[in-house]
Parts: sequence; structure tokens; C-alpha cells
Amino acid sequence: MSFLSIRELSVRLKGGPPLLRRVSLDVAAGEVRGLVGESGAGKSMIGKAVLGILPGSVEVTGGEIRLDGVDLLALPPAERRRRIGATAALIPQDPLTALNPSRRIGGQITDRLVDILGWERGRAEARARELLAEVQIPEPERVLRNYPHELSGGMRQRILIASAFAAEPKLIVADEPTTALDVTVQKQILKLIAGMQARHGTALLFVTHDLGVVSKVCQSLSVLYAGMVVEDARVRDFFAAPKHAYSAALLAATPKYTDPMASLTPVPDAVIEAVRAEVAAADRGGHG
Amino acid sequence: MADLYTITDLRLSLADMTRKPLLGAAPRLEILKGLDFTIPKGAVVGIVGGSGSGKSTLGRALVRLLEPSGGSIRFDGTDITHLPEAELRPLRRRFQMIFQDPMSSLNPRHRVGRIIAEPMRLHGFDGVDARVARALDHVGLPQGFAGRYPHELSGGQRQRVGIARAIALAPDFILADEIVSGLDVSSQAQVLNLLEQLVADLGLTLAFISHDLSVIRRLCQRTIVLYQGAIVEDRATADLFSDPKAAYTRELLEAIPLPDPDQVWA
Repeated sequence: MSFLSIRELSVRLKGGPPLLRRVSLDVAAGEVRGLVGESGAGKSMIGKAVLGILPGSVEVTGGEIRLDGVDLLALPPAERRRRIGATAALIPQDPLTALNPSRRIGGQITDRLVDILGWERGRAEARARELLAEVQIPEPERVLRNYPHELSGGMRQRILIASAFAAEPKLIVADEPTTALDVTVQKQILKLIAGMQARHGTALLFVTHDLGVVSKVCQSLSVLYAGMVVEDARVRDFFAAPKHAYSAALLAATPKYTDPMASLTPVPDAVIEAVRAEVAAADRGGHG
Repeated sequence: MADLYTITDLRLSLADMTRKPLLGAAPRLEILKGLDFTIPKGAVVGIVGGSGSGKSTLGRALVRLLEPSGGSIRFDGTDITHLPEAELRPLRRRFQMIFQDPMSSLNPRHRVGRIIAEPMRLHGFDGVDARVARALDHVGLPQGFAGRYPHELSGGQRQRVGIARAIALAPDFILADEIVSGLDVSSQAQVLNLLEQLVADLGLTLAFISHDLSVIRRLCQRTIVLYQGAIVEDRATADLFSDPKAAYTRELLEAIPLPDPDQVWA
């Protein structure tokens, strides 16, 4: 059974255009699903909706988000927050802005455990040390006393990964966690996330614009265009033969150094027009 | 082919302000540690490296936004290593730069037409309006875009404006510093195709800085790999990819996630 099940989720800018158009997707326990699309396609918006952190300027206009069988959108806000806090976590994109620059690392990991989950401080601190060791940070004791600026981008991202896994969530939303990193550091971080995810059996919703990354860490993916899922596939099937013309074009635009002439092809205008027409038809047919 | 740039033992160090004592000078941090290479006229050279490898510093030294602390940079026969600003100014038209983040390198209060026109006015061009129109044409933007503000454009369109501004001055050399890293794959492909076309049509010499070897593979005939401020490999791109010599180049190549689930990515 899927641990996260989104059905016909629609979100729009308040009094404005739709941002998500009847999005449906499932993530099984322990599965990694990639959310792929160009900027503005709504991939991060899905992650935010799941975590209940949609900006105030947008509103949910329909659909369900079932987390472990319970529809989050049907719960009163306090209950929803408690449930999300206890079962889900986020690995954010930019490790520098996600950490408070004026506080030591240790407190930033333990806060959530102490304040939200009600752990004893000693237990939370022991857990923080254990996690830093698990994300392969040398000298965890020292790093817990460091400030964010004293650490490299890769180290900061490791800390945010440790922090996301701290309370043993059943679901993690990773929002472009390696976009700001070098390829060599990106590889280490992706391997780390994949390893942690497998060890802890965590379901992962992995937001990225990079199909190369998807092929390395995900088992399934949803391709988005203008807030609409145009393709939902298993990773192996997708890379063997994408079904939708837009996703095929996106794959052809992805750089591939082993085949330079067949990669980096812009998405053809005809494909964009066709997928736009599809979006417009869906808007007319449904409730937007 | 004649060389446009001749770089000899290029060194650049900056004051390390994080380790500056209360009194006295800050220790120097060596960023470029003696680089030697040439850029022939008409070449498209890729400069690749991880963060902190010195690739952007090298780029900025080439267009003399930074002054080297040792060695020399010769541009088309002129030693520009320590040339004072007044003497650099007439030369500046000839080496232009396109920046990584078009949002922060385009004045948000100016319309696109003015953004492209301003450097031409500074360099005393005549017929500026016609040149703006031609530059827009070259980068595939409709003429109406001259009246728009940067925030009204998409990322790819903004980057085209940055390119238009650079080529409007009819430079000999363009330095492109990570100009596609913030773009979606499709816009990335469009901007790269455009650049390829412009280099051929206008006879430009291009240095393309990137952390992404896949992009360099497509665009550049030659690639310089930087690691911690030194050149570890400088070869024809095809050879570099088929048979990387330096351990760091291999590491960079192997780290690239290809869109292929069967790639061995150990």
C-alpha cells in the first residue's frame, strides 16, 4: 500500500491561475519517487503541499493528500501539523539559508526533537551525535559546536540530511538537495541520501530538474508540465522509452557527454504547443 | 592560427580576511598558482573545475576585472597584466563577459534596449539604436523586447540579453562564466546552440567556464581542467573525454549522473 497517496490535488494562486492541476501520485513505503519538470512546473509546490508549508498566497482547491491512510486536508490545522511533524521531514535545497547563521549546529538538530516531539534533551543530543556519525561527518562533537559558516556546502547539506532523518520520519521530501553543489560533492550526497533512505526504509519524494539524478536515485517518477502530471512511470521503463512527447523531449534536452550530438536538444515548439493544448483541454474538462 | 591570449605563469593571490590579525596585513591566499596556456583566435575553450578551483578568478583575470599578482597576460600582443584602467578602457570593448546570474547582472530599473545600448554609448559607438536592433536579432529576441524590463523575461531570455549586450560591442573575445547553470535543460540547450551559432557567424573567440563537463563536451574544442588553482589537464575535448589523464578529470567525469539507469556510478 502506498504510504503517501495524492489524489486529484489542485492548488491555485488565490484569485489567480491554477498551479497544480489534479495531480495524482503514490509513494510506497521505502520507495523513492522523482518529481521532475522545468522551473514553474509545480514540482516543489507538491512537496510543500505534502508538508503543509504552502505559502499564504496559494490555496488548495480540491483533492486529497493521504499520509499513512489519513487525508491531511480533512484534518483540523493543529492536528494536521502534529501528524506531518511526526511522520514527515524536509531536506531543503539551499543548505546555507536553511540553517540559522547565528546558532550552533547542535541546537538546530535537537530543537525539533525536543520542542516538537517532546524528547529529553540528553536523548536528543545523543541522537544528534549518532546521526552526524551516520552522515559521515568527521569529529561530530566539534561540528555540533560549529556555526554554519564554519562548514563547507557539502558538510551543511550532510547536517540537513541528518536533521531530516533525526526523528525517523516515514516520508522525506528532498527539494533539489544537490542543485547548489559540485558534481563530485553531489555524487557523495546522493549516495548518502540513497543509503540512509534504504537503511531507514523511508519513503522519499525527490524534487529535481535533473533526469540524470533521477536515474541514479529514484524507482519511479512523475513528469510535470504547468502543474499537470504528463507521465507517471517506473524509472527503468521511462529511460528505455518515455511515453509522453514532452517527457521524451525533456530527456533529449538533458546533457549526456557520452552522446553529445544526441543531447542538449531544445524542447521543440510543436511539443510545447501540444502539451499546452493538453493542459487547456484538461482545464475545460475538469474543475481546474 | 595566431594566439589571442598568451598566459604565462599567471599567479593571483588575495588577502585572506578571515585570518587577518587585528593589526598588520592579512596573509595572502594563493588562488591561481602559475598557469600557462594560450587561446588561439577563433577557439572555443572550456574551463572546468570544482568550486574553489579558481576558474572564475581566472576568468576575471582574463578580462582584467582582477589584477594578477604575478606572471603575464598578453591580449592580442598587448601585455594587459598590470595595465592601468585608463589604458585598459579602449581595450575593454574587445573582451566582454557574460555573467552567471542574468538577474543580478542586468539593471532591474532599465529596459532591455537601454541595457544593451549603454556600453555602446560608453565606447562612443554611433547608430546605437540600429545596433541594439541587430543584437536582439542575433540572439533571437523579438524587437519588442527592447521595451521590456528584465523581470518580465524568463531566465533563458535574460541570458540572451546578457549575450546581446556582449556581442553588440563587436568584441574579439567573450568570457562566459557558468552562463547556463541556472537554466532549465531546454533553455540551456537553446542558449548553447545560440552561442555555438554566434561564435561561427561572428568569428568570436570564446572561453566557457563551467562545472558541467557534459555542457563543455558539446560546445568546446579544447578543455582546461583546473584543480586548486593549477591546470591538471589541457587537451582537445574529444581526447579528454575518451582518455582522461589526470585523476581529477576522471573523478569529475565519473561523478556526472548520466540520464541512464544502467550507468555504473560507483
